[in-house]
Amino acid sequence: MTSADTQGTTPVATVPGDTTPDVSVDKRGPRGAAGGQEPVLSVRHLVKHFPIRSKGLTRRKIGDVHAVCDVSFDIFPNETLCVVGESGCGKTTTGRLVLNLVPATAGEVIYRGQDLTKLSFRQMRPLRRDMQIVFQDPFASLDPRMTVNEIVAEPLRIHGMYGKNNVGRDTIRALLKQVGLNPEHGNRYSHEFSGGQRQRIGIARALALKPKLLVLDEPVSALDVSIQAGVINLLEDLQTELGLAFMFISHDLSVIRHIADRVVVMYLGKIVESADAEELFRRPSHPYTQSLMSAIPLPDPIKERERQRILLAGDVPSPVNPPSGCRFRTRCPKFANELNNHQREWCVNIEPPLEEKFTGHTAACHFAEVRTDILESGGGPTAAASPALVKWPTGVPTDEQIQVPPVCMPKSPPLMPQRLSDDVIVDAEGELVTQGEHG
Amino acid sequence: MPDMKTPLADKPESPSVASQPGLSPVEREFTVKEKSQWQQAARRFLRHRIAMVSLVLLLLLMLFAFVGPHFWQFRYDDVSGNDTSQAPSLKHPFGTDNLGTDSLATVMRGAQQSLKIAFSIALLAVIVGSIWGVVSGYFLGFVDSVLMRLADLLLTIPALALAGALAHNTSGSWWVIALVLGGLSTPYVARVVRGVVLSLREREFIEAARALGASNTRIMFRHLIPNCLAVVIVNATLLVAAGILGETALSFLGLGVRAPDTSLGLLVSGAQGAVDTRPWLFYFPGIFIILIALTVNFIGDGLRDALDPRQTRQRR
Repeated sequence: MTSADTQGTTPVATVPGDTTPDVSVDKRGPRGAAGGQEPVLSVRHLVKHFPIRSKGLTRRKIGDVHAVCDVSFDIFPNETLCVVGESGCGKTTTGRLVLNLVPATAGEVIYRGQDLTKLSFRQMRPLRRDMQIVFQDPFASLDPRMTVNEIVAEPLRIHGMYGKNNVGRDTIRALLKQVGLNPEHGNRYSHEFSGGQRQRIGIARALALKPKLLVLDEPVSALDVSIQAGVINLLEDLQTELGLAFMFISHDLSVIRHIADRVVVMYLGKIVESADAEELFRRPSHPYTQSLMSAIPLPDPIKERERQRILLAGDVPSPVNPPSGCRFRTRCPKFANELNNHQREWCVNIEPPLEEKFTGHTAACHFAEVRTDILESGGGPTAAASPALVKWPTGVPTDEQIQVPPVCMPKSPPLMPQRLSDDVIVDAEGELVTQGEHG
Repeated sequence: MPDMKTPLADKPESPSVASQPGLSPVEREFTVKEKSQWQQAARRFLRHRIAMVSLVLLLLLMLFAFVGPHFWQFRYDDVSGNDTSQAPSLKHPFGTDNLGTDSLATVMRGAQQSLKIAFSIALLAVIVGSIWGVVSGYFLGFVDSVLMRLADLLLTIPALALAGALAHNTSGSWWVIALVLGGLSTPYVARVVRGVVLSLREREFIEAARALGASNTRIMFRHLIPNCLAVVIVNATLLVAAGILGETALSFLGLGVRAPDTSLGLLVSGAQGAVDTRPWLFYFPGIFIILIALTVNFIGDGLRDALDPRQTRQRR
């Protein structure tokens, strides 16, 4: 937490809960458009569907994997935006879409007023100097036939910045030194290094072009815990030094808590909750985020035993055929245990929009509610919630509200209303069943 | 006084380490001479004993085949009628055939023609085949379909028949045989390379290169082909051996190199009937065929190991 931008957050940890909303307003101030700081990159309504094709000669399209669906966020300079979610929720795809490494199905990625998704590979090339990626697997992301010098020199050569008379070589030596490697090892091959060292090589390669945005695709999840800390500290130092914006993709909440300024939580291709890191870790309001938080191991064994855990039933539904309405409802503990059937009709029929439910805190849940009993601080004074900005919906949704096409597929036919009578219950697997049939 | 002692005691122990004043031994940086990728590969190759022996042997063979004829007193097309069917002697170390032509001269000429043909076939097939395969495997889709169907088509053509027919019409020049046999071997290389590329292109370092802004050409030639080298080199060495055999087969059928010119294959096939009576006519060119094929294979082994950076074990 060394960047200039996050210094504002440091006091938050010590300030009692009642003043926290003010602090978070202050914190949002310089980042918002009013504060004059433009986002490095804006993502708007990004959609990625991977086609599934039939076997055989015709290879007809028979379906779509809904990898990313209607994702929007901004990344500001000198900020670490963390994207968190379980495997297969589309975080990596989002990272690649941001860099235009996979073509987007719909939506915009705006960098300096240009929509990257519309650019060809060739038009994209000069912009690649400004945005780089560090890959998850340090063993697969370095060419085994190239020496470290060659690997780090490659971006410079591609962009004609290698120069003559040892300029490039000196740059590479400086880069290797910067990421904590011995420049003398430059003519070794990547397989001669440990995982942490290889990840440092990957970081040096990404930094060679002096980018403004670095997408870090689970940069530490393939490393040992002891080495993770080293790499994360290196990343933080580099951010301070170079003023980089990070898009940090991870599934490790402890890492995120350490490094994040803002957090975006994804589930099955959609953003379910987004807030400043402090706010999110103190007051999770989406049931999915809450269950994630309750899974963070606590170092104190007594607290660990006493705190409540939210266990999710079942598996992640197939992204080929995501549930209607709220994608999380099939596993949502709130849906199963707390809501009545009128409220459930909202979850089943209407996709909850991602809207600001609390100050500086957006969530995609019709019935978002801060819950703190699952956290380490367990409902202490710091957990007082800011007032909800959006009221829970009442009654049942009307047919007109329901009969719209899904957000990510505007051309598909509108959804049919699904009405739940009183004898419908949610069974242990999260399925909706009619009581009579069930026995 | 003890302060004075230390540097004195140090000196004889580490005379080779350039001592930098002001740095303790711990802080002193290890300096390794920077070597490029190729220098490292060359060093690994030089350490590969069998490959080095083979390389020397092959170079000697080439000298023998290309330079030797200029210094030898007899010519391969010299049909004097003297000294017919002589056993090896000092005057004719490899003996003579029934027309009195010196066998050493014919073997030299034969080795020359065979080497030219075999290496041309291997080079042509490997270079064109690698590019063909890498383009096909990298772009996939329509490009891949067209290129691979073309490869299938070429593979259905019986190489020997085509080479024979063409060579027959063009008076059996060595380069026609090389061109046709090489061209028809290209699809084999292309298919193998494509297979390797198909798995390589999904690896993360290819995506990393794309994220850096590398062009398709750069990805293909800087990343994909170097990673296919092991396969390509193995294929090249096999092709050299196959090339010699293919040329032999053509010559045996009377469609390849034709008299008065000669090749190792032609010599062996011509001497088949004389194995029992005049074995020197058969065995000398035969030994040369084996020598060329073997040395090329060993050199290929050495190259493959030398170009693979993961290979650090020293071969003996």
